[in-house]
Amino acid sequence: MGDLLQIIVAKYNYWIYITLMMIGLYAMIGKNNLVKKIVGMSIFQTAIILFYVSIGVKKGATIPILEHGHGEHGHSAAALIVHAVDYVNPLPHVLMLTAIVVGVATLGVALALAIKVHNRFNTLEEDEILAQIREK
Amino acid sequence: MSQQYPALLIIVPLLSALLISITGWINKRLCFPIAVAALAVSAYSCIGLLLRVVDEGVIVYRLGGWDPPMGIAYYVDHLNALVLVVVSVVALINLIGSKKSIELEMPGKTAPFYALYVLQVTGLLGVVVTGDAFNLYVLLEITALSGYAMLAMGDDRAPLSTLNYLYIGTIGACFYLLGVGYLYIVTGSLNMVDIANILPPLYESKAVLAAFIICLVGVWLKMAFFPLHAWLPNAYTHAPSAASSLIAPLVTKVMIYVMIRLILTVFTPEFTFNILAISEPIVWLAVVAIFMGAILALAERNLKKMLTYIIVAEVGYMVGGAWLGNRLGMTGAILHIVNDALMTLCAFMVVSNVAYKLKGYAFDDLKGLFRKMPFTMGAFVVAALSMIGVPPTCGFFSKWYLISGAIQSGQYAFMVALLFSSLVNVVLFFRVIEICFYEPFSDHHGHGHDHHAEPMAEAPVSMLVPLYVVAGGLILVGIYTSDIVNYVIEFAIPKSIL
Repeated sequence: MGDLLQIIVAKYNYWIYITLMMIGLYAMIGKNNLVKKIVGMSIFQTAIILFYVSIGVKKGATIPILEHGHGEHGHSAAALIVHAVDYVNPLPHVLMLTAIVVGVATLGVALALAIKVHNRFNTLEEDEILAQIREK
Repeated sequence: MSQQYPALLIIVPLLSALLISITGWINKRLCFPIAVAALAVSAYSCIGLLLRVVDEGVIVYRLGGWDPPMGIAYYVDHLNALVLVVVSVVALINLIGSKKSIELEMPGKTAPFYALYVLQVTGLLGVVVTGDAFNLYVLLEITALSGYAMLAMGDDRAPLSTLNYLYIGTIGACFYLLGVGYLYIVTGSLNMVDIANILPPLYESKAVLAAFIICLVGVWLKMAFFPLHAWLPNAYTHAPSAASSLIAPLVTKVMIYVMIRLILTVFTPEFTFNILAISEPIVWLAVVAIFMGAILALAERNLKKMLTYIIVAEVGYMVGGAWLGNRLGMTGAILHIVNDALMTLCAFMVVSNVAYKLKGYAFDDLKGLFRKMPFTMGAFVVAALSMIGVPPTCGFFSKWYLISGAIQSGQYAFMVALLFSSLVNVVLFFRVIEICFYEPFSDHHGHGHDHHAEPMAEAPVSMLVPLYVVAGGLILVGIYTSDIVNYVIEFAIPKSIL
């Protein structure tokens, strides 16, 4: 039991993202309302964004901005050496900027489609729509 | 100029997609020529690139001059040069052949449709040309999003079936992204070749295993591999003709390419076939996919929907062939990417011609079609023969490689599935041909007026010529199969696969 707890606490970021992902997946599979499914999809995507952001983090590290960058002269060579260990990894965060854009675009297209479905069937409940299709 | 081919084939359609949507506000008639010109430049660059690769070997193009693994590089080897040519040529021919159909089915929306069409091709070409795992995800979503928008322009049910596709497609892409995340955790790199170099000492790692499986499932979702195929038939059936004849041949095939790229380059055959012992269950899954695709196609009474289930079966062919783990099977799978793209294109262009004249493609609408549209149906017969696998059409040769591969690796179930599916295709297509040939056209006259010859009402020449180019291509590719295999595919497969 103690071991299990330790595993959960030590890797808590993974547990959080998996829980969120499963909530999203449940909403996409189990919900009947099309917009609720879209919300589920958004949660699902966000979970993966959180996963990426969390893997860039390091204990005791700072934001990846070099304080002694361009324009400062007169420093000794030693002062200019960058210790990568002191900074969090910025790459996953940068990747996620792109993924957020993709997520927003997907959400927009999904909502637009939901509006089209609503215009046609006057409802967003999937079972009612399927019943209308079957009637024809 | 020829140095810049890998960039040109992406940049030109990408910028023209923007240009088309702006031009649409000013003069709608200019959109079509711009789209054709952009795709022609892409196709020209792709063919030039294939010729260069055959001459010189692998080409690495550093975007902005940044060296990998920091910068994004485009790797063009024999495998993706071939797929690039297929994608760009299929998209160009289909665009030229669909002009009338687009104007008929989507009046007033032609400009956005052309913009989306070109954007979709950009995404597909980008997925194929890129050598960066994350870049691939972004381009995958560009493809998918423009695809959703095009598919949803179809009939009344199109938005709902597209929305269902969107849910599944997003899950697929997210799974791929998650898998790439795990790969990034263990290797610290996103460049495919770089990952492949770092991975060997880590092959036993559970994270690598998880990355592989998650990526694979994501790609399977996107390619509609049975039992993950449920989104495909409705989404493609209700779409506008021009959109389904672009998306049906290309998107699933490009996803097969991504799977083969993962197997061959990122994870290397050593890992996929020797360390992971999962080839056999996957080939069995492919067997089930082929059987179920064939059976579900038999149950359909609608030409377009029947074809979508055949796609599900064909995806099974290629997944199974790639996972046989021998050279013949892999050759068959890669050759089938080319052949199936052409066959599916031919069949769906026939459907779009039929839809142009008949407004419906249920079997009952097709009666007497041979007399009404003899040229269209002639091309349909060629496509049917190729899907059945009759020489000299190209479908025969890839099936031959796949069956030989199955025998070589002792996967007799896969061989039986291929033969079964060919037999079912015989039934499927001859049933359609019988209805079109023998049953009288019964639009307004009923059955009593058989002796009245139906007037011929063929699709316009601008739709027939591209259709016949593709039908001719089916036979030409069949005749030149040995050249394609010896000069291109032979070099696309690493030496370690025997």
